[in-house]
Amino acid sequence: MMEEAQAVGANAVLNVRFSTSSVAAGAAELFAYGTAVVLEGV
Amino acid sequence: MGDLIVLLILLALGYGFGRMAEVRHYRSIREREALLRKIPAIATKIPDPSLRPKQTELVTGSVVISVDYFKMFVAGLRNLIGGRVTSYETLLDRARREAVLRMKEEAEALGASLVFNLKFETARIAQGRRNQLGSVEVLAYGTAFID
Repeated sequence: MMEEAQAVGANAVLNVRFSTSSVAAGAAELFAYGTAVVLEGV
Repeated sequence: MGDLIVLLILLALGYGFGRMAEVRHYRSIREREALLRKIPAIATKIPDPSLRPKQTELVTGSVVISVDYFKMFVAGLRNLIGGRVTSYETLLDRARREAVLRMKEEAEALGASLVFNLKFETARIAQGRRNQLGSVEVLAYGTAFID
């Protein structure tokens, strides 16, 4: 997620959420998402 | 011997058609993402309070995906040693981006300029053979901001 944010030129990610789901027996998915923003004055 | 041939045919079909569908789907996703970039979907709960929407509306986008035989086979092998299941990762990535696109298309039809409070939900709705991934539903939902 951080890599994607960096790729679009953001310097912060706000309101990060995590979601976990079991997609198959023995395999779980961890998913993080948030809003990429450019904060000024940091 | 007969079983082995059937397995190889299934794997070849899964790989061939699965790969073709994936390449085509990613191309369509990238094109539509570029078109819908004008409607940002943000995870922030409340947008800037200085912006006053005329109306807000719940928008959703749902996708159900199923895994192909080749991906399932590769994931089965991966299960032996553990680690990242890349074959499923691309599948879920496609589903998620497609869900966001469908949500944004709904927002566009309503004349929205923004979707806020975006959330995702993933659920396994059918179980595949031998406890493998069957079908997975990915739902993206948020509030369309109409000004």
